[in-house]
Amino acid sequence: MQPVRSVEGRAIPFGAANVDTDIIIPAHWLKTITREGLGRGAFEALREDPDNIFDSEEFAGSPILIAGDNFGCGSSREHAAWALRDLGITAVIAPSFSDIFASNAFKNGIVTVALPQEAIDRLMEVAATDPITIDLENQVVTTPFQDRFAFEVDPFRKQCLMEGLDEVGLTLARDASVSTYEDRQNAHMPWLAKPNGEIAA
Amino acid sequence: MMTSKPRTLSEKIWDAHVVERRDDGTALIYIDRHLVHEVTSPQAFEALRMAGRPVRRPDLTLAVPDHNVATTPRVGADGVPFPIADPLSAQQLAALEKNTADFGVPYIDANAAEQGIVHVVGPEQGFSLPGATIVCGDSHTAAHGGIGAMAFGIGTSEVEHVLATQTLLLPQSKTMEVRVVGQLGPGITSKDLILHIIGVIGTAGGTGHVIEYRGEVFEAMSVESRLTVCNMSIEGGARAGLIAPDDTVFEYLKGRPYAPTGQAWDDAVAWWRSLATDPGAEFDKSVVIDAADVEPTITWGTSPEDTAPIGGVVPDPASYADTSKRTAVERSLAYMGLTPGQKLTEVPVENIFIGSCTNSRIEDFRSAAEVLRGRTKADGVKWAIAVPGSGLVKRQAEAEGLDKIFTDAGFEWREPGCSACLAMNPDKVPPGERCASTSNRNFVGRQGPGARTHLMSPAMAAAAAVTGRLSDVRELA
Repeated sequence: MQPVRSVEGRAIPFGAANVDTDIIIPAHWLKTITREGLGRGAFEALREDPDNIFDSEEFAGSPILIAGDNFGCGSSREHAAWALRDLGITAVIAPSFSDIFASNAFKNGIVTVALPQEAIDRLMEVAATDPITIDLENQVVTTPFQDRFAFEVDPFRKQCLMEGLDEVGLTLARDASVSTYEDRQNAHMPWLAKPNGEIAA
Repeated sequence: MMTSKPRTLSEKIWDAHVVERRDDGTALIYIDRHLVHEVTSPQAFEALRMAGRPVRRPDLTLAVPDHNVATTPRVGADGVPFPIADPLSAQQLAALEKNTADFGVPYIDANAAEQGIVHVVGPEQGFSLPGATIVCGDSHTAAHGGIGAMAFGIGTSEVEHVLATQTLLLPQSKTMEVRVVGQLGPGITSKDLILHIIGVIGTAGGTGHVIEYRGEVFEAMSVESRLTVCNMSIEGGARAGLIAPDDTVFEYLKGRPYAPTGQAWDDAVAWWRSLATDPGAEFDKSVVIDAADVEPTITWGTSPEDTAPIGGVVPDPASYADTSKRTAVERSLAYMGLTPGQKLTEVPVENIFIGSCTNSRIEDFRSAAEVLRGRTKADGVKWAIAVPGSGLVKRQAEAEGLDKIFTDAGFEWREPGCSACLAMNPDKVPPGERCASTSNRNFVGRQGPGARTHLMSPAMAAAAAVTGRLSDVRELA
């Protein structure tokens, strides 16, 4: 994964609340077996409108998306994060995110920034005309008008994003601990450590 | 004697699965069971292949195709499987078969009797167990909480992580209690209750939390009903929801193919009994629901929190103080083709879907069949399908003669799969048409572009089929 230290550029002032992952990428796009090319299906229903914001001359290809409360709710499909990335979006700012989407975004190098609604309202205003900067290292969102909005980020996620770390590789390095756990479980709860039977199929 | 702090059910399961605690408050958590389906796994297997990594514990993993499979007959009279019409679906199904063979993962073939929706198959096979950590690349994994497991949906990168390491690095969720007091009225089902609960807490009400459902109502419920309740925890924002395992669960699991036997069974039951929330344990959040308030409940809008009792009316956007909610309701009503103040029982439906991981177990078909027995679908209902959650559910229903009741009523009796719950297989609702659906999501376009979904219980969907409009099943009794 590419390290991310900051995201800078125009932000799409989308603003909608409770955006579910079926809206971000409808199910018929989920038949793919790769991570690529899903940008075409991103926000498909909304983009049927020729005047939609995602394809507008001003905002197409912008790296930041601003949305309302509970962004990414619903299905666990990581295709939503892949679709956003393919559309060029590498950061989303919203008052809150669904747990699964936030995790999926992080694992694909997309920064999720949670800010209070008042900050979102101000950023929506700025985004209409000017760029926004998300400084991950200092955990602050700034605008060309001296706005500064500090945000919280999980320290582990921050480190992974900034160093572009491979989480699977990190955990595999803890293999001895996992084996110790398995030995203990096998001794105390063998019925849980190993399924009893087998399906004939 | 040392006294330890009273703990909740979910805290006990969490503590039993900590491999390593980290300074930042997260923990490496061991995963006991991993269910895999065709849609969210191909990229995970591909990543393992690229990195030259094996699946650490294929024996704790079980794969079954469900989202993409057609629910029309899949095998001809000669026993030869029909070709899959959609080349993309065929490719994805073939990828699951190849990936599981390459990595040695147990696989249930699309044409096996045990095939079905992954969340129906797990408990049915005894693969899902109380007290276990269970994951699947699907948000409705929460369903397995119905047998007392800590079960949650994960993304594809996490699927890869579990395949490679059998663990996940997680922050510990907060705890939330949804306590239901009193008894449900006659004719009120677990689906009505969970829709009502989501209406009360909202779609973000459980975000960051694991919900424990508590109260006599849940203790009196069958395992099937508990699975329905926990299944929709994600619609309330919670990644997991669970109910303390008890004798009802143990009786359900005993003798199932993967369940422990002999001494191991007795040891397992003893541990499962010890998992119940301790007296005095505190929850981070608590919501109390009066069971007497629960009516047969349906959704009118495009979010699962848009619920109303069947005797109610379509809400007026002007009645919402919050401007963003008002706008959302206006947009929902426009999409749904409804007018404020319209009586819900006057809304006609053209399509009926009884199925999905929420409501496709044997008791769901029994309760719908009870309404349909001796009746037929209304003329206005163009398409009505009943889709069992697994081949074993289908076989059981047929043994009880339920299939005949459905087909006599004008329903199509289908092969198991996710079907019309999500528009990624041939079962779709046409644009602009309504569907009385027993599934879990009424999002814009969920059942097909422009499709209008009303969520409800199997009995209520059957009632809608008979009358051709949204209906109170109690009036058909």
